[in-house]
Amino acid sequence: SLPSRVYHGPYDTKEPMSKIADITGYNNYYEFGLDKSDPARNAGKLKTRPWTVQISGLVKKPQTVDIDTLQSWFPLEDRLYRMRCVEGWSLVIPWLGFPLAALLRRIEPTAGAKYIQFTSLADPAQMPGVRDPVLNWPYSEALRLDEAMNPLALMAVGLDGRILPNQNGAPLRLVVPWKYGFKNIKAITHIKLLAEQPKTTWSIAAPDEYGFYANVNPAVDHPRWSQATERRIGDLGRRPTLPFNGYGAQVAGLYKGMDLRRNF
Amino acid sequence: MPANAWAVPAVLVGALLPLVVLVSDYFTGQLGANPIQRAEQQTGVLALILILLSLATTPLRLLAARVNVRLLWPAKVRKTLGLTGALYAGVHLVIYGLDKGFNPLGLLTDAVKRPYITVGLTALLLLIPLVLTSRKDSVRRLGFERWTRLHRLSYVVAALGVLHFWWSVKKDHSGPLAALVVLLVLFGVRLLLQNRKKARTGTPNVASGD
Repeated sequence: SLPSRVYHGPYDTKEPMSKIADITGYNNYYEFGLDKSDPARNAGKLKTRPWTVQISGLVKKPQTVDIDTLQSWFPLEDRLYRMRCVEGWSLVIPWLGFPLAALLRRIEPTAGAKYIQFTSLADPAQMPGVRDPVLNWPYSEALRLDEAMNPLALMAVGLDGRILPNQNGAPLRLVVPWKYGFKNIKAITHIKLLAEQPKTTWSIAAPDEYGFYANVNPAVDHPRWSQATERRIGDLGRRPTLPFNGYGAQVAGLYKGMDLRRNF
Repeated sequence: MPANAWAVPAVLVGALLPLVVLVSDYFTGQLGANPIQRAEQQTGVLALILILLSLATTPLRLLAARVNVRLLWPAKVRKTLGLTGALYAGVHLVIYGLDKGFNPLGLLTDAVKRPYITVGLTALLLLIPLVLTSRKDSVRRLGFERWTRLHRLSYVVAALGVLHFWWSVKKDHSGPLAALVVLLVLFGVRLLLQNRKKARTGTPNVASGD
């Protein structure tokens, strides 16, 4: 059975958790439709078992592993994280998962590996949104290896102590809370270690609007809207957005010396 | 009661019903997790739809006339469509203000810095003279020619509205695209009818001379 919920670890926010109905009913997951309510409506049919994850590229232990085996390798942890969408809204979400760093230590990137790339499932039979070429399918995302090793970076398999709902990215999704929500790739099927920075889905779709880093930054506006404030779902008003979504103490060092206006 | 007498009340009810539903949905929590944003989007879309519908009335009447069908109701509902469209645009602005915490300085900054706000706000401001000259006696007071020329602004408003819609969505441009297609069709019909009219009544040329 799953551990009891503990949300006062070093990485947990003290802020109140969002309503589970909002977390599971207000989603951006274009594989299941463009409306926020589409994923909850359409993702139920997705078969998340059996599911394999292919690990390849610059690693000492390339392999294809079943999701249940993969998650059995690590003790699962509860993490209460803020999630800031690039559209200007946010949620406080109780994830359950394991640190990405733990997975990386297990698969052992070679010395030349500098980036980690994730790819989502893109099955038009199960995902009606994939029939629509609104994005370059399959969805893919990536992190610099040192970002991926940061203890905040989580591979989520659950939510609020239960198995991850399909609309939230089951069976395996990335959670990098200091970055905009679109970095948190869902339904991961492939993990590849690379020497060069790969292209990512949203940066291909609109390179001037969505960068590789996508760190939450109130000082760098989206070309069409301000990122200075956000609406916490459930609130009527807006609150100021914090640099790195409030996780600056943990992650600002990763970007020392970088111009975050250019590397947005 | 002649059939055409129902046109204006029917359009008025049809145009205002979504607003009633929106308000009731708000108070019964039916607008989802982000109700302000939903209301903002819905009023914006409704404003654009009504303005495009009001622009469709004249081409519709003229096209019908070409196949010898005399429609009276389009001209009657044009004003109602335009005014309710302007109403939704106004509500849209109020909700936008609410979204930003009623910060006039913030709105001004947005209006200067964000092209889609600049464009949307311009469309809204251009609606004001149209609303103010929508009274029956405005045509007489301005003179038909001047009134007509002024009200061609409604096409500018619609075009800016479509652009505003286009720039405000993150990725899915199907809604703005549909609006653009409607707008272009309306432009096309106007141009076509205008050229035909010119060809028939305009300066003599080889084609019309005999």
